[in-house]
Amino acid sequence: MSTNTSPAAPVLGDGGETAIHSERYLSVQNSEEFAKLRTALRRFVFPMTVAFFLWYALYVILSAYARGFMSVKVAGHINIALIFGLLQFVSTFLIAWFYSRYAGRTLDPVADRIRGELENGGGGR
Amino acid sequence: MRTLLAAAASNGTARTLTIILFLLFVAATLAITVWASRQTKTATDFYAGGRSFSGFQNGMAIGGDYMSAASFLGIAGMIALYGYDGFLYSIGFLVAWLVALMLVAELLRNSGKYTMADVLAFRMRQRPVRTAAAVSTITVSIFYLLAQMVGAGALVALLLGIREGTTFLGMDADTAKVATIILVGALMIIYVTVGGMKGTTYVQIVKAFLLMGGALLMTVLVLAHYKFNLSALLGDAAAASGKGEQFLGPGLRYGVEVPGDALQTFYNKVDLLSLGIALVLGTAGLPHILIRFYTVPTAKAARKSVLWAIGIIGVFYLFTLALGFGAAALVGSQAIIEQDKAGNTAAPQLAQALGTDLLGGEVGGAALLAIIAAVAFATILAVVAGLTLASSSSLAHDFYASVIKDGQATEQQEVRVARISAFVIGAVSIVLAIYAQNLNVAFLVALAFAVAASGNLPAILYSLFWPRFNTSGALWAIYGGLISAVVLVFFSPVVSGSSSAMFPNHDWQWFPLSNPGIISIPLGFLCGWIGTLLSREKNAEKYAELEVRALTGAGAH
Repeated sequence: MSTNTSPAAPVLGDGGETAIHSERYLSVQNSEEFAKLRTALRRFVFPMTVAFFLWYALYVILSAYARGFMSVKVAGHINIALIFGLLQFVSTFLIAWFYSRYAGRTLDPVADRIRGELENGGGGR
Repeated sequence: MRTLLAAAASNGTARTLTIILFLLFVAATLAITVWASRQTKTATDFYAGGRSFSGFQNGMAIGGDYMSAASFLGIAGMIALYGYDGFLYSIGFLVAWLVALMLVAELLRNSGKYTMADVLAFRMRQRPVRTAAAVSTITVSIFYLLAQMVGAGALVALLLGIREGTTFLGMDADTAKVATIILVGALMIIYVTVGGMKGTTYVQIVKAFLLMGGALLMTVLVLAHYKFNLSALLGDAAAASGKGEQFLGPGLRYGVEVPGDALQTFYNKVDLLSLGIALVLGTAGLPHILIRFYTVPTAKAARKSVLWAIGIIGVFYLFTLALGFGAAALVGSQAIIEQDKAGNTAAPQLAQALGTDLLGGEVGGAALLAIIAAVAFATILAVVAGLTLASSSSLAHDFYASVIKDGQATEQQEVRVARISAFVIGAVSIVLAIYAQNLNVAFLVALAFAVAASGNLPAILYSLFWPRFNTSGALWAIYGGLISAVVLVFFSPVVSGSSSAMFPNHDWQWFPLSNPGIISIPLGFLCGWIGTLLSREKNAEKYAELEVRALTGAGAH
């Protein structure tokens, strides 16, 4: 492993690939900015995954064990089971939209900045 | 008598029209494939379509890759015969995309190159991990492929109306089945070997538009018939089903309550939970879905493609709700079961009924039937092509280039092997499908999801998020999840010991559930954890590279 900061032997294969020294990955990984990005990502996706999974599990469990409740009619032939099912569609669309907004506003700018620093020198050249 | 004759004549018209439309689709897709082959020069072109697709294009292609005949015909049929439970099934298929969106798509796009194993093996010892990933990829893809091809064979006989004792072009129903399996297999081999990822992607995009168009048309016709009153449609469907209001709630197909048998009732309900978990966690571990994320230039485009996919897939399942209940109300379960016990012809039969009522008599019925039947064929072709591509990519890139050649293969060698692999996998699938054509293999789709959720997903998530994860953990997760899912299903009632089993005349069943997920998924995660702790291997540098690349896109291919 060489000790200078110039890129190691480039592993350019099929293009698009930038050789970045592994030590620089370690230093980026340990940087405060990257830690913030990691936290920002995990703080959103982990709780949201747990939430939609529990919400879906609740729906399946009610479908299995609370059939009386699910069959209660709300309007005409439309019952709670149908509304609950349609709500799963609504929640899926909403979470997807919410995530993309969060990622675009909060994650992308930080990720782009770190990538820019890594790929365009940032002390390397 | 006259109506019977007219029906027979219109069936003949529909059959001819179906074949014409199908041939048009085949001709168009073959032309695209040949065009795509001229644009396919590098390995990146072959495996990842040159990473040149937009988020929207890839979103449509994901929809085309994902919405199989099992979704279109199967879910519509399940709703038509069992009501609400078919809808319940489709919801798992949709919600699953949130796992792919938030946890997998972008990180995989940033850190991988061509296959699922690129991410799994990133910081591990290449050979064992890539071998495991290839084994799992090929197992999942072949299970899925077999279910689609056997289904295709049965469908063609039904859609072309070849019944027992009648012939078509000199073929009886069984010969027509075999001929269809061979035709579908040959076409998928051509799409993949000639067109690579580019050709396959365009086939899937075209299919997605056809499928959405066909489903939209029928949905509008069904709703128009009921003056856009959903409650009236549901009421009619419930009345025609002969099961009354029960038809509109859960419990006719999944989690069935068996009077006087508390144990079986318990198993049935746990089985429903088990299925639900596998559906939601399986999607993000399906190799043919994962490799689609490599066809776009950036992680942002990968995110956009999943958003489009969620949109198109969600809307499609809402359409199937109308189609299924529409078929129950307007065709009736009696008429559907007469054609196919599993209800797979409910959607085409609904098309015929709608066309006859709303679009101008017998000719209208024949025309709409033909359109929907041709869409169903297109659906099958696009899905099997995606599966063949995923397994041949893994065989060439993971097994040949990394395991056999130890990373020393040239691009040209790799792509040549990928093409040969596609041919071999296609040929093997044709033979297996012909052998299995009279077996009930519908469970293989659920099994593919279970294996993907039990083996692939734990390995992917640990790889991306757990610094300590290592080679031993990856092997334990993949093999542990894969083997437990397959073994449990082998001893389950879908393989033996019940009248609807794959081998109804044998009985080695001891595992009570049809869906192994509730056991095998936690087991896969547990295996990955134990396996990791059993080994001291830890590569902090490589994990730093993986994590930084995955989260920022630095150095992405």
